[in-house]
Amino acid sequence: MNTQIRNLFLVFALLFVALVGMSSYWLWRAPDLEARQGNPNLVVRQLLIERGLIYAADGETVFARNREQEVDGQTWFRRRYPERGLAAHVHGYSTIQRSRTGLEESLNDYLTGSNADLATLLDRASDTLRGITRQGNDVVTTIDANAQRVALDALGGRCGSVVALEPASGRVLVMASSPTFDPNLVENRFRQATRSNAPCDPAAPLFNRATAGFPSPAFIPGSTFKVLTAAAALDSGEFSATSEFDDPGYCVEYGQRVFNYADQAGPTVYGRVDLGDAVENSINSVFCNIGKELGPRVILDYAKEFGFYEDPPLETPGDERAPSGLWSNGRLFDPEDPNQIDPGRLAFGQERLLVTPLQMAMVVATIANGGVLMRPHVVDRIVAPDGDVVTRTRPDDLRRVVSAETAATLTPMMVRVVSSGTGTAAQISGVEVAGKTGTAETGRQGQNDTGFIAFAPAGSPRVAIAVYLQNQSGTGGATAAPIAKDVMEAILRSNP
Amino acid sequence: MSLRTRELLNLVVLGIVTTIGFVSVYLASQDVPEFSTTSLSYAAFFLALFFVAHLVVRIRLPLADPHLLPIAGILTAIGLTMIYRIEPDTAFKQGVWVVIGVGLFAGACLLLRDYRSLDALKYTCGIGAIVLLVLPAVPGLGLEVNGARLWVSVGPLQFQPGEFAKVLLVIFLAGYLRDNRELLSMGYGRIGVPSPKHFGPLLLIWGGAMLVLVQTNDLGGGLLLFSIFLAMLYVATGRWPYVAVGLTLFAAGSWALYEAVPRVGDRIAIWLDPWAEPDGAGYQLVQSIYSIAAGGIFGTGFGRGVLVRQDGGTYIPYLETDFIYSAIAQELGLAGAAAVILLYLVFCYRGFRIAMSADDGFSKLLAAGLTSTLAIQTFIIIGGVSGLIPLTGITLPFVSYGGSSIVANFLLLALLLMVSHRVNEGVEGRR
Repeated sequence: MNTQIRNLFLVFALLFVALVGMSSYWLWRAPDLEARQGNPNLVVRQLLIERGLIYAADGETVFARNREQEVDGQTWFRRRYPERGLAAHVHGYSTIQRSRTGLEESLNDYLTGSNADLATLLDRASDTLRGITRQGNDVVTTIDANAQRVALDALGGRCGSVVALEPASGRVLVMASSPTFDPNLVENRFRQATRSNAPCDPAAPLFNRATAGFPSPAFIPGSTFKVLTAAAALDSGEFSATSEFDDPGYCVEYGQRVFNYADQAGPTVYGRVDLGDAVENSINSVFCNIGKELGPRVILDYAKEFGFYEDPPLETPGDERAPSGLWSNGRLFDPEDPNQIDPGRLAFGQERLLVTPLQMAMVVATIANGGVLMRPHVVDRIVAPDGDVVTRTRPDDLRRVVSAETAATLTPMMVRVVSSGTGTAAQISGVEVAGKTGTAETGRQGQNDTGFIAFAPAGSPRVAIAVYLQNQSGTGGATAAPIAKDVMEAILRSNP
Repeated sequence: MSLRTRELLNLVVLGIVTTIGFVSVYLASQDVPEFSTTSLSYAAFFLALFFVAHLVVRIRLPLADPHLLPIAGILTAIGLTMIYRIEPDTAFKQGVWVVIGVGLFAGACLLLRDYRSLDALKYTCGIGAIVLLVLPAVPGLGLEVNGARLWVSVGPLQFQPGEFAKVLLVIFLAGYLRDNRELLSMGYGRIGVPSPKHFGPLLLIWGGAMLVLVQTNDLGGGLLLFSIFLAMLYVATGRWPYVAVGLTLFAAGSWALYEAVPRVGDRIAIWLDPWAEPDGAGYQLVQSIYSIAAGGIFGTGFGRGVLVRQDGGTYIPYLETDFIYSAIAQELGLAGAAAVILLYLVFCYRGFRIAMSADDGFSKLLAAGLTSTLAIQTFIIIGGVSGLIPLTGITLPFVSYGGSSIVANFLLLALLLMVSHRVNEGVEGRR
């Protein structure tokens, strides 16, 4: 019988090897299994990470923190957003079941403490050995919580966005997108989070109108684009402040008349004007002729210098930022052949131009900064749990876009817009404001895209701002300029 | 070094492992790790218990194998620690069962002078096994748990008679096969069909047992008993056609069951595709696989795995009984799980060595049968919870929570040690 017993043992040994093999097989499949819906392991492992906090610029207002809960002898951390919708599009959300957005996504490695810095790595290894909860780094943003609130209140549920930059540094002081959403609802009440009765279609509250597109950016720049055209006109040397134009009330393109905007204050026929008059009163025919003279390539080349045709730089995830420029059939449109672009309408911001408020804030901030474009940034610093600063963002000049003279020549023209032109609603007592309005007709009654870009004080700018609204019946001067005024006032008051 | 001193040294290793296990679970359950004597006293009591068992063996069975008791002890300790980590109250109950199990182990060693007397009681054992198997189906006594009628409730006491039936069945088969092995080995023709006269009673007993098991819906138990039967038949006769015919019979039976019993069909469907209904029928197996996969090579460590939900329940139902291997694989990793499997393999090796050195057929078959019982049961449940074979509810010997299982396996261990002692006595005597 011993032979049989020996054989039987070999059979059992083989079966036991198969058992070990089966468990090893699941180990090998672990990466695939981990991501499956219903697998609690990855979920709980994420809950054990104490994510870093996200602060406003004051270092006190908390945009994102953690709520603790004791489960099975361990501490679970769930993300809470005490300011709810205030800066929701900037910090985004971090959920277990539904991905992450905003800084929560792009800075995830820092926030979870898994940034591959050797010191952090060693700390983490020892934490793991000692069974200590993994703690992430805190993020301090550049957002001015008070001004952000002013911006969101001023938007008042309309579909629109406000972006304010510090021209000299590129700090993003305000980045508001409306309608906003409550990131606390995303995990368990996603439908509720995405619901909105804002007057636009789609309302898409989770979508960051300040930087993103779906896929194209949300706004037509309209006459706010004339700042860029005027800068190109001056900087190219083709025109000067004293260049004179004759405005018959229209400009002729392709044998047809393109009329001035009919609803603006003042006459519709200006006659003999200079460039400053044209900016102040937003005279379409003048810019139409400038566009024809310069040609679309020159204007678009300047636009690219300002950052068009690229995702605007920011620390948020790339898929939440879209390039501004001409868009055709859902694609960025940049033809070699200039005949495919209407130069006149391009010059006053129509054609097929679509822009992000951040991009237009970059344009106006560049003028405010004497022609130098600073890299916009919304993260001021990242701080380790022990208080050490892991990284701090230094002002970074991307490039000189236009000469200082161009900026200096353009600024008084923009001041006239606010002092006596189309943007008087943006006047701030005791502060000289430079701005430009925009009202883009979409062809549908009461559905203008309106905008206003500005900086203040004109002499030594501390804030540059872009405000854009969808589906407005009024003009940019009447709808967007007051919002810009409120936000700029808040910023100038809090950063004296 | 005497065998018993070797056993004592093995128990010292057991002591160290147990203490570390309990302390680490205790520390993991604390917010601020601090030292306490509570967990140590648990470990100390547990060790004292096995020291007593060691003393009984030293007195009554001084020549028995020195590895089996420590292996049983370490498996029990791993089980207790794991159960303690999942639910301390359950661990306390398990502790009581271990005391009873070791008590009966000692009782058996002290009272049963010669296990060979069981040979004369083989038919009593056979009938006893059937009676035990029928008990849960008796109205008023039987208790249905999780769709299977394998519990008996007498007053406050509940037990699973099937766990004891398997030991009785092995005794019966050892005696019966020893008597009839020549006849069974001798066949007609090339394949060899034994006469129904000798094979008949065997088939009858087996058929009866299978019927009862189908009746009680206890598929794991049925599979176990059938496999024990096949293994012992093979050892007794050395005829692989028996195994082939048996496996064919089993496949046919499974197919019939697959068609006839929805429960079996479900089990097989889940096994073929666990993810068909990951939140429904496949939930247990899918969660078990997640748990095994999450452990990695070295595991999360005791108390640091994802086992207990927010509401205090476990992600895997029956975690501390049927699915304890999944918990071990997660918290101790593949290394820990493989170590547990290796312990069973060593147990199996020692058990078969006893069988091989035994000089009478009854002892050989008894030792081989008892060892096979443990090995097969281990394979069925670990294979089941890891998706290697269809899942059937059965305990992991010595490790799973369950009074009947613990007590029955300690009785199994006692019998094996008795055979071992006698075998070695014979060897010494001849020297």
